[in-house]
Amino acid sequence: MSKFKKKAKTKQEIPTSALPDIIFMLLFFFMVTTVMREVTVNVKQRIPEATQLRKLQRKSLVSYIYIGEPKKAGEFGTEPKIQINDAFADPKDIIQWVNEQKDELDENERDQLTIAMKVDEEAKRGLVSDVELELRRANARKLLYTTIQKTED
Amino acid sequence: MAKRQREEPQINSSSMADIAFLLLIFFLVTTTIANDRGLSLQLPPNPDDIVDVDIKIPERNLFKILVNSSDKLLVEGEPLEDVTKIREMIKEFVLNNGRDPKSSDSPKDAIVSFKTDRGTSQQMFISVLDQVQAAYYDMYAERVGVTNEQWREISNDLSDPENKRLYDKGRGLKNGQLEFPMNISIAEPSKTSN
Repeated sequence: MSKFKKKAKTKQEIPTSALPDIIFMLLFFFMVTTVMREVTVNVKQRIPEATQLRKLQRKSLVSYIYIGEPKKAGEFGTEPKIQINDAFADPKDIIQWVNEQKDELDENERDQLTIAMKVDEEAKRGLVSDVELELRRANARKLLYTTIQKTED
Repeated sequence: MAKRQREEPQINSSSMADIAFLLLIFFLVTTTIANDRGLSLQLPPNPDDIVDVDIKIPERNLFKILVNSSDKLLVEGEPLEDVTKIREMIKEFVLNNGRDPKSSDSPKDAIVSFKTDRGTSQQMFISVLDQVQAAYYDMYAERVGVTNEQWREISNDLSDPENKRLYDKGRGLKNGQLEFPMNISIAEPSKTSN
């Protein structure tokens, strides 16, 4: 019995003095990894899954095209649309947009411009291929279909 | 005077954790982990610049994948249900080296032709392209004795000379020409339906 009494005397508290440090560590992690959204995406983005992903090395060389059904179906209908920057666009606007993107880069890096296409999985190939055709015309031939890593079973 | 000196000036730091929590939650909510990952692809040159030349490619060097508007597959003339089978089929086709007279002459001549319909969904397109690229990455990886994942790691960063060496070896770069190119031809979708 005396043994039990002795145990009861020991303190049962968890030291919380390191808690702020832990929180700060988490805070710094999120501060470093965070990327503020530059554009509001107005199209549905259910990104398809794939296994053979490749990573892009330099973010400054990447420009984004979003394709999918408009989120506000009442206003814009349910046909998939192309969004570049903050507005909806037609395939014919793409050449001009690509040239604007290239102008922002250094001269020797212009041919390395990569277009990341974030395409909703329900979007049809017809529209996507129209965009690809315009990208070929604009001579922006490095393409990335953004996908999510499939968890292999 | 003596009384004042005894009091140690201290900032109350008990609410520090709360402030840190508040900031943490702010960043937790606004953060979007950059997901610049996906299937990379090189588009062919501007169609307006290409002179129309009729190049005859022997039937045996073409691996044909067709997808219709209801996402049904036709591989080498046969309907196929399971997309994941394409991976092994392509490996067999590319590495044939002339053995089977119905399959490719050499990896250099082998072409994977992939044609969809305008009504094919992007999801189907991605899953087929994924399988085709998987087959090629597997073969490249095997040629340099690494795993598929390691091969993709290598090709992500070519600024490292060792990576560049392995990358060129895997693709068989000789005198500026690839002996083992990833010939994926993505044809313009057909307009049979919407």
